[in-house]
Amino acid sequence: MADIAVVDYGMGNLRSVHQALRKVAPDASIVVTDDPCVVAQATRVVFPGQGAMPDCMREMDARGLRTAVLEAAKSKPFLGICIGLQMLFEHSAEGDIPGLGVLPGRVVRFAAHLRDERGVKLKVPHMGWNQVHQGCGSAHEHPLWQGIAQDARFYFVHSYYVQTDDAQLVQAGSSYPQPFTCAVARGNLFAVQFHPEKSARDGLRLLKNFVNWNPV
Amino acid sequence: MLAKRIIPCLDVTAGRVVKGVSFVELRDAGDPVEIARRYDEQGADELTFLDITASSDDRGIIFRIIEQVAEQVFIPLTVGGGVREVQDVRNLLNAGADKVSINTSAVVNPQLVADAAGRYGSQCIVVAIDAKQVAPGRWEVFTHGGRKATGLDAVEWAQKMQSLGAGEILLTSMDQDGQKRGFDLGLTHAVTDALEIPVIASGGVGNLQHLVDGVKLGGADAVLAASIFHFGEYTVQQAKQFMAQQGIEVRL
Repeated sequence: MADIAVVDYGMGNLRSVHQALRKVAPDASIVVTDDPCVVAQATRVVFPGQGAMPDCMREMDARGLRTAVLEAAKSKPFLGICIGLQMLFEHSAEGDIPGLGVLPGRVVRFAAHLRDERGVKLKVPHMGWNQVHQGCGSAHEHPLWQGIAQDARFYFVHSYYVQTDDAQLVQAGSSYPQPFTCAVARGNLFAVQFHPEKSARDGLRLLKNFVNWNPV
Repeated sequence: MLAKRIIPCLDVTAGRVVKGVSFVELRDAGDPVEIARRYDEQGADELTFLDITASSDDRGIIFRIIEQVAEQVFIPLTVGGGVREVQDVRNLLNAGADKVSINTSAVVNPQLVADAAGRYGSQCIVVAIDAKQVAPGRWEVFTHGGRKATGLDAVEWAQKMQSLGAGEILLTSMDQDGQKRGFDLGLTHAVTDALEIPVIASGGVGNLQHLVDGVKLGGADAVLAASIFHFGEYTVQQAKQFMAQQGIEVRL
């Protein structure tokens, strides 16, 4: 039985996630797997994703992983990353498709031809290091932010972001140029739009916090 | 606010980092894994590795280097050089690259960009463009390490690459590369203004003001430099502090 299962549905490269988890949890058994049984039995689950969400949903289903992912999202420490965050919501404008519906809300695209307050053109994808403001909607500090400075920068690369009416879910926001949600949490679940595995020291700290997290 | 990125570039051949002037006259700068770790410690936002190995026999070396770097450095890694087919993209991603840069092969076979972006996502496909000024306000794309003219207009080519699914453009001025006189700001501005995707300015950085100019005057989303960092003139940290003093948003 694995300590940590990284769900692999064939979309892109999970080597970085695996390496970063090994770095912060050298003694844990970490598997990158497309086997629903391994996901079901793991103590913790990391649910990454890159590329286009319709492809991610299709490939996840093609491997019969939906039930195991839904179950894990309800029952054990669960970390969604990037498209893995977006897939948890009800609907995505990317391909106009339903998501897993674990969390209320939708995935929308950054507007084209964005400009900042000085009139400088903002590119899409939103790519690079942006500030993450912790605790936007929720009252208390989440354990996954422990040891990470307020407004620390994390590495993002995405063209879509999540919108939810449930302010309690929101654990952090960023802006480009308008504010958007970049981290959500509920119970045993935490999910981020940025890539902790590529966010240097603060990213590793977040992964370490996840590995040590024991939600009740 | 999103920070402008500073990207040290490591040209690698035969397992060593080298730096040339206008694509020739190579000078040894050291061990790639050691250098990558040093730049990471100094706060580099990403690292770019360009495999400039001439012989296909030595192609395996870059994979071992990337594997070693990816075990120790947790920032985005871009790798380019000799990428000819989707399988090459896959192999580099599997070795630990986060993005793969395609240059000559994009010109030879533009469909490669579409296929690779379709398979692995635009976020990991960088198209590298080497451009040379041919008339006022006009730049031509060159391939094969700058040896071969293509007749393609750099701005139009960049737009085409964006439409085929490139996630980012790495734009090198061949006129400026290695000259330490600063970026070709006209080229940088023309390309970044024509695109919706981020543009990395490259070629010509000789001092820290050049980095500032690339962002402020050229409109670059990221700036790439090699020799000012390799030979100890400046640290990445110093570059960022200087840019911050000039009012540019950076990750400190």
